[in-house]
Amino acid sequence: MKFGVVRFPGSCDDVDALTAAERVGEAIMLWHAERELHGVDAVIVPGGFSYGDYLRAGAIARFAPVMEEVAEFAADGGLVLGICNGFQVLCEAGLLPGALLPNVSLRFVCRQVELQVVDAGSAFTAACEPGERLSIPVKHTTGRYYSPRPVRVLLRYAPGENPNGSQDDIAGVCNERGNVFGLMPHPEHAVDPLTGSTDGLKIFESMRAQLGDRVAV
Amino acid sequence: MRARVLVRPKAGILDPQGQAVERALPALGFVGVRNVHVGRLIELDVDDPARLPEMCERLLANPLIEEYEILTAAQSAAAGDRPR
Repeated sequence: MKFGVVRFPGSCDDVDALTAAERVGEAIMLWHAERELHGVDAVIVPGGFSYGDYLRAGAIARFAPVMEEVAEFAADGGLVLGICNGFQVLCEAGLLPGALLPNVSLRFVCRQVELQVVDAGSAFTAACEPGERLSIPVKHTTGRYYSPRPVRVLLRYAPGENPNGSQDDIAGVCNERGNVFGLMPHPEHAVDPLTGSTDGLKIFESMRAQLGDRVAV
Repeated sequence: MRARVLVRPKAGILDPQGQAVERALPALGFVGVRNVHVGRLIELDVDDPARLPEMCERLLANPLIEEYEILTAAQSAAAGDRPR
């Protein structure tokens, strides 16, 4: 299967996302100004500071030409993963419910956090056990998830681990249909023992397992 | 027409910036200050001010977490305050 990683001006985790995806399949970069997904089987909207985070994080990126294609891809049931800034972009685009607010601490947090898999029945978490703990880093200033309505939560910060004050310790949510997932932690930074954890690979492996069987590699 | 859009955190949503400012003022001797909220100001020239609400809904504010207030030059002048 082939992953596509969207690169905006200001993306900075695009190469890590590409490298992580390449551990489980093929991966190519997608350019923000192109209305073209080049036949990828799954889309990753990576972390960073797209368009400088001007106005609000993700507010400008959602209008990028490539996002029209991503929205259409998601509407057709395609798997879309948004990481950190990518999560913010997907919320601003209305592909995921809720919004990300500044951390309660008003500080940039950059550290390893423990997550709990609260829903292992999704296309993004099927490689995990229910209740399994994952060690994955966060690094953000605007990660306090908020939604006025109930949402489908896939990952929570483990007790005492919430780095940003998010509602109900929410770390990652998916849409009702289950094909769009956003999370603040960075699974693409936890794919090699050299950096302390390979737990992030499970997200990419889950996607691969969901698609791999029916897509020729 | 010159317009100003004031964007602030929606009531009921925790505003740590406002809280930090509210705590800092008494430290400087400014007592009796409450309900501080920090938002942002967007100034713009628009041909059709009737489209401002739509601009706010779709881009300038995120209605899920923010509320906005539109001030046009006429309103501001009436309040003795002229946008530059």
